[in-house]
Amino acid sequence: MKLNGICQDNTAALWDSQAGPKEAFELIVKRHMKDAYLIALGLVGNREDALELSQEAFYRAYKHYDTLQSKGKFFPWFYQILRNLCFSHLRKKRVRRASSLDDTQFGGPEPQEADCFEPDAIAERNEAKDRIWKAMSRLDDKHREVILLRHFRNMSYDEMAKVLFCNRGTVTSRLFYARQQLKEILDK
Amino acid sequence: MTCQDHKELMMAYLDNELDEQQKRTFEEHLAGCPECTRDLAEFRKLKKMTDCVAFVEPEDRVWDQYWGNVYNRFERGVGWILFSVAAIALLIYGGFQAIENIIQDPTIGMLMKTGLLALLGGLAILFVSVLRERLYFWSRDRYRDVRR
Repeated sequence: MKLNGICQDNTAALWDSQAGPKEAFELIVKRHMKDAYLIALGLVGNREDALELSQEAFYRAYKHYDTLQSKGKFFPWFYQILRNLCFSHLRKKRVRRASSLDDTQFGGPEPQEADCFEPDAIAERNEAKDRIWKAMSRLDDKHREVILLRHFRNMSYDEMAKVLFCNRGTVTSRLFYARQQLKEILDK
Repeated sequence: MTCQDHKELMMAYLDNELDEQQKRTFEEHLAGCPECTRDLAEFRKLKKMTDCVAFVEPEDRVWDQYWGNVYNRFERGVGWILFSVAAIALLIYGGFQAIENIIQDPTIGMLMKTGLLALLGGLAILFVSVLRERLYFWSRDRYRDVRR
């Protein structure tokens, strides 16, 4: 499934054409739910969490829909809510994991690997794909994000720049460092 | 352009995101730079590997229930607001009633009554002080509209 054109959505028209805000939002959710879920899955690596976080992101988007100034730019705005939720979720998990390690072994190293990256989140598994997925889980959040958007969600650089609220140059640079880091992890 | 600049350009080349002019410039550089040629081959291999990985899509049942689950959050949100408002109102009412009963109860000693009033007075002062501080800093916070 490709995301091409996702940033040029017809959210404003959907919103205006429906009887009530909930009916309009239902259409918006149904249009973006698969993308939201799969992006969350790529960011947190766990199917239950991805489902929960993507639904929570829609709920928050509905609550704050009034603050969206350009209604035609729903997806980039929604993406910010979703990624912030996912990153915050990962941060909390890391803190919990670090403190539970502190309880058992004082002065232990901080975990490098994002926990809860389920190997069965990927289709048609084999050893090579498992290695890639495991290496993905060890990337920094921002690097994993660009790899996810480009490789797994097939977004163009322009679309990535829109959802990440940055310019194409930043996307290119971030992608370079992300791939470099991924290559280094895989070479180890 | 340095080799490092070309390495970032390499990403766009790899992903077919360069225009014809940029493509030609990069290919010219590539012809004379064995390091970038080697790196490109490695990144191409990596891209091929990552492109093979896809996520498992959930069953249709999950998508059928998806909107329902989001909708439940709206309902629960309204439910929590009503519950919280009612709980606060009842607690305040119950608290006032309890204090009134204690103060009017002749069997409870003066010391106990004074202690209770001092406790409530202290709590009220703390609440007003914290609230005033929050309002003061909020009204002068230049970054309050900055998106985090």
